Formats: sequence, structure tokens, C-alpha cells
Amino acid sequence: MAFDYEKFLRPGKLPHIWCPGCGHGIVMKGLIRAMDTLKLKKEETALVSGIGCASRLPGYIDCCTLHTAHGRAAAFATGVKLAKPEMNVILVGGDGDGTAIGGNHFIHACRRNIDMTYIIMNNYIYGMTGGQFSPCTPTGHKASTTPYGNPDPGFDIAKLAIGAGATFVARGTAFHANQIDKLIVEAIQHKGFSVVEILDDCPTTYGRRNKYKSVIEMMNRLKEVAVPVKAAEKMTAEQLQGKVLTGVLYKDDSKPEYTAEYAKVIERATAAK
Amino acid sequence: MEKTLPKIEIIEKYCKGCHICVEFCPKDVLEMKGFYASVKNLEACIKCMQCELRCPDFAIKVITE
Repeated sequence: MAFDYEKFLRPGKLPHIWCPGCGHGIVMKGLIRAMDTLKLKKEETALVSGIGCASRLPGYIDCCTLHTAHGRAAAFATGVKLAKPEMNVILVGGDGDGTAIGGNHFIHACRRNIDMTYIIMNNYIYGMTGGQFSPCTPTGHKASTTPYGNPDPGFDIAKLAIGAGATFVARGTAFHANQIDKLIVEAIQHKGFSVVEILDDCPTTYGRRNKYKSVIEMMNRLKEVAVPVKAAEKMTAEQLQGKVLTGVLYKDDSKPEYTAEYAKVIERATAAK
Repeated sequence: MEKTLPKIEIIEKYCKGCHICVEFCPKDVLEMKGFYASVKNLEACIKCMQCELRCPDFAIKVITE
């Protein structure tokens, strides 16, 4: 039976603003299926985003939503979570919003291990503002601000999150649409800061400049580069050259969660009066 | 047993003509008709739901019994 996406959407908001073939719509559908699987209540779910194409996502979903300043989704979400620890706080955003302008907030949210889920849609570029290169643009690739090729090496968001202290890190792609909701479900269930990086396509500002002929070619590239973690264990370093691992990359249940720790601080402070 | 066919509903108001459904259909059921996707050969449909799953624009519904 067809999945009823409409009951999670704000009426009259479709068609969405994303370009033809943009993977953000596929990720939004994955998030909706995950919300359905977990039976998340609208009034107990907060979707927080910054600025950018991906950050327009909360506008379409009917639950508590917060569209904030550029890169500051993690900061606002921390406030929501501390004021109402019972809320399921989900952050959405792109690679530029999350790792460049909001890079500082991102790593410190990871360090605190606060119980939130950050879905980063990595399309390798700043799409909305005109295709400037982002920290995730691969070396040598073209953007509107690097017409002769990007000299910078790109970020590996998953490794950055693990290094900064996130306790659940997963990666999926817009091509593997079936896997997206499973990763998001696991991430929301995890108690602690969880990061789900979804590799995405931006046909309009990235694909066009980097000689991708169509959306289908971009989708097929995602299919080619993705290697599941389990399959990668049996592969040599040479075979893994240029590939990207997908699936649950890191999970640690031992680290204390921030809101629980902060409740203890409140308890100690009240007792001291 | 006779095969029951699904109903493939394409909402043209939402379709942006990205070709994803047409290209990733394993049975070649869909085609592009002008700007929008449309059903070419419903008989071949195996109800794998790939088009509904992948459509970024919420434009396809595969209604089965």
C-alpha cells in the first residue's frame, strides 16, 4: 500500500522548493518514514534547522519546527533540549550550514553528547546561495567560487563527528533510499548525540559545473562510491580507494548524556542553597 | 491466479520531470510524456514501489490492494 506521507506534511506546502532531481526530497521522505516507525508525536518532536536548501525541510513537516540563523541549528536545538528534555530534537541541515558556518556549534554539540539527532545532507556545495564551494567539496572539483578547481581537501563529516565526540555516527546516500529511514530510526533511538550524514546530489549548482550529464548519473555515482561497512571489512585498502563507507560507522553507549548530567548539576545547586 | 494490477497515481502538480522514476523502474513501466512522468506499461508492474520510494517530489503513489 502506498505510504501516506501527507499526514506528516503541512497542507498546501507542496510542491517543495527543491530543484528537479534534488535528493533532499528523498531524505525528507526517509525522515517521515522514520517518524512513522517510531510513532513520534507531533507535539513531542522538534525539527530544528539553520539556513540553506536542506534547512527548508522543517517547513514542510507538521510538528514543532524552528528555522534559525545560519549554522546555529545546534545552538538553538541545545536550548530546546535543555528546556524540554522529553522532546525528540532532530536537526537538519546541509554540509555548508553544518560544517562551515555552523562548524563550531557542530563540534561542540558532538563533544557535549546531548541527546539529539543531526541529519546532515551533504551535497558537496552551497546550493541556495549560488554554488560556492563548501568544506565538503572534493579537491579539484568546480564551484562558482573555484572555477579552476577547488584546491582544498574536503571534510569527512563522519570522521569529524567521531573525533569531536559524537556517540552515534552513520552514513547513507540518497540513492539507497530504503536505508535512510533505518539509519534515522537507529539514530533517534540512540541516547546521545547522533549524526547521520546523507550523501546527496545537487544537479543544479554542483552537477552542472562538474560535467555530470544528468540527475541519474549523479545518483549512479552515489551507488558506485558507497560501500557498506560489512562489505568493506573484506576489501583491501586498494579496493577501497575512492569509496565511501555507509551504514552505522560508530556507536558508543558508555558516554554520559548531557541533559542527564545537567539535571545532576541542578540537583547539586539546589541542595547547596 | 490472476495478477492484480496496482494503480499508479502521478500527481502532475508535484512532478518536476527529473526522470528518477523512469530510470530506476526495473520493469520499464514509466515513461516521460512531455514534461511529466506517465504510465507506459502498467501490465509489467511488479509493485516493487521503487518509483514511490525514490520520487523526491511526493508525486507518485503506487496503490495496491
